Amino acid sequence: MSERRPAPKPARAPVWAIWLPLVLFLAFVVVVVIGLYRPADRTVASTLIGKPMPAFALPAALPERPGLKSADLAAGKPHLVNIFASWCIPCRVEAPQLGALAKAGIPIAGISVRDSEEALTGFLKENGDPYWRIGADDDGKVQLALGSSGVPETYVIDGRGVIRYQHIGEIRPDDVAMILQKLQEASR
Amino acid sequence: MKRLLPAFLLMLGPCTATPALAQQEKSTAAFAYRQLDDAAKEQEARALMETLRCLQCQGQSIADSDAPIAGSMRSLVRERIAAGEKPEAIRAWLIERYGDYVSYAPQFTRLTWPLFAIPLVLVGLAALLLRGRFRRGGGR
Repeated sequence: MSERRPAPKPARAPVWAIWLPLVLFLAFVVVVVIGLYRPADRTVASTLIGKPMPAFALPAALPERPGLKSADLAAGKPHLVNIFASWCIPCRVEAPQLGALAKAGIPIAGISVRDSEEALTGFLKENGDPYWRIGADDDGKVQLALGSSGVPETYVIDGRGVIRYQHIGEIRPDDVAMILQKLQEASR
Repeated sequence: MKRLLPAFLLMLGPCTATPALAQQEKSTAAFAYRQLDDAAKEQEARALMETLRCLQCQGQSIADSDAPIAGSMRSLVRERIAAGEKPEAIRAWLIERYGDYVSYAPQFTRLTWPLFAIPLVLVGLAALLLRGRFRRGGGR
């Protein structure tokens, strides 16, 4: 018996509302296309930039050269810390650039990750040896402590032992000027 | 296929090429492939490892990955659990170095709180709407 009042629904849904699903769908397509053409950068950068180098002390990787401890890097002069390994191909690619930087008088401290003494000796014989000190990070703990997610990576450390810059991947010939600039900034 | 793979990896660029090459080298970390003797602690370590991202093969957890750096991370987790550290402290240590991305378990931060709040708000709204509907239905 109850008489239905006319539902107020048509008034609540205006005409354009019928296009809403299509508009939402197209917006979704646009987001997907942008994601496909410009994928997000998934490089995991260290979040320690601007913070002091974590304390560590690594044993010598080669018998005739001292190992590396964090205190060596806070001696008043900027350094490069190069994380490398003999098994890493891009490390061979960056070797000439590191050689040039070493020749320019930059002390380069090496951290050799998960490597062996003989493989390392062969690598240095083959690709040149720009290193001032080389610490052996056999289990990769120091690499993790530095927030490094792969090899090669190069850190610019200022004279107080603060991390100023992290270069992920190999140093290419056209990166050398930029690295020198970062070292210049770090020495200020 | 075997011959094509290196060329394909080179195309992907140096950062993505590193993990594949690195996989030739086994991790030398002590507990990379060795479980803890204490089963309860191993289980605790395992649960944490499953929620940490491998930094090289980023779709995998460190429990699943054979990349050497994942081995180093497993060893780090196991050694610290064995030393009595809490899993969440180890996660925080890694997040401090690598950012939130290293953890698969979303953290409650100033940036992520809507992730946790929005479902609650939606459930609340639904409850309100349903209450309205049931009242009208009951009154008829």
